[in-house]
Amino acid sequence: MDAQTVIAKRIALELRDGMLVNLGIGIPTQVANFVPPGIRVFFQSENGLIGTGAVPDEGMHHRLLTDAGGRPVTALPGACTFDSAMSFGLIRGGHLDMTVLGGLQVDSSGKLANWTIPGKMVPGMGGAMDLASGAKRVVIAMQHTAKGKSKLVKQCTLPLTTARPIDLLVTELAVVAFPEGRATLLETAPGVSVEQVVAATEAALVIPDRVAVMNIQ
Amino acid sequence: MQTIQISEAVAKIPDGASLMIGGFMAVGSPGRIIDELVRQGKRGLTVIANDTAMPGVGIGKLIHARLVSKAIVSHIGLNPETQQQMIAGELQVELVPQGTLIERIRAGGYGLGGILTATGVGTLVEEGKQKVTVGGKDYLVEPALHADFALVNAFLADYLGNLAYALTARNFNPVIAMAADTVIVDADNIVPVGVISPDHVMTPSSIVDYLIAQE
Repeated sequence: MDAQTVIAKRIALELRDGMLVNLGIGIPTQVANFVPPGIRVFFQSENGLIGTGAVPDEGMHHRLLTDAGGRPVTALPGACTFDSAMSFGLIRGGHLDMTVLGGLQVDSSGKLANWTIPGKMVPGMGGAMDLASGAKRVVIAMQHTAKGKSKLVKQCTLPLTTARPIDLLVTELAVVAFPEGRATLLETAPGVSVEQVVAATEAALVIPDRVAVMNIQ
Repeated sequence: MQTIQISEAVAKIPDGASLMIGGFMAVGSPGRIIDELVRQGKRGLTVIANDTAMPGVGIGKLIHARLVSKAIVSHIGLNPETQQQMIAGELQVELVPQGTLIERIRAGGYGLGGILTATGVGTLVEEGKQKVTVGGKDYLVEPALHADFALVNAFLADYLGNLAYALTARNFNPVIAMAADTVIVDADNIVPVGVISPDHVMTPSSIVDYLIAQE
């Protein structure tokens, strides 16, 4: 199983019946492929849709129905559309149960940087700041390392997305939460040891007595 | 409300005008108005919109033709031309969180001086901004936005100029329609009065100035 699939499958286990969830671009989008059977989740696209469905069959797309990346999507039964003011009212107003976003860096206190690398990548924050500061629960999907360097760092060196700590970080190696502002290892990926996670991590990790293994197949 | 030919409508927009333009990655952007702005070569425009789309698409056409001197947007990541012009100092870009941007526009259209939002607190976005504490929580004071023109794309317009939007093409359109001195509408379909039932009108005709005639 590749890194992205491990991350997407594990995050899908955070979904609960009836949730309203916003998925960011990249690995987060793949979470929709692994919704556990028997539950119904509503996905929001911040361009104005609740009930975002899969990519349409060949020839069945509509030019006015896309996701936030501009790609054609379908709308599921019960879907609804709205303007951008309502879309961000849903995000900031305590109506969005969970957002899944990508990350450039997460630090030991749960602070997130995911929108810019000054001088290199200045795409604009889009909806990331509103999602990261407004959603009820913020889950980050991030590869553990980039070019051999840990992305779970002592302190973010890149500009923050929000001052609010994230709730959960899922990488291809580990699941990390931030109770009392301290990065705490909750789970390791199948076949990955606690020592391997620690070795791949710059941030100091709190290691509880029992660390579970991700329940993914 | 007045029906108008596309060339006449765009002729009303002077060089240097501020334009709010509907659309999200060009979905729901007024394509005919953008093409005519390029044809007439309007210069020094300020564009207030969600994004600058992609090169050669939607608002990306205005960027490509170098007609824009300032963009107030939330995202330019899919348009390298915007980034190149920004780095070269030819285009001033103000990046605003998307939810803050749409609320600043909404405030402009709803007679408010601005909004308070927690988005951006503790980030680069708060630099130079007033911060206030309400109920123990910190907020940034974000001023309202207003423009000379709103360039709106609707799915349906009736003969009076009542508007309705479709699917994800609604996005910024009904909000910008409230926040500009002059509202110009490029409708995909013009239909008899009554086809859009009163409950389904999303923008009332009273705020529409010009409806561009079909060809």
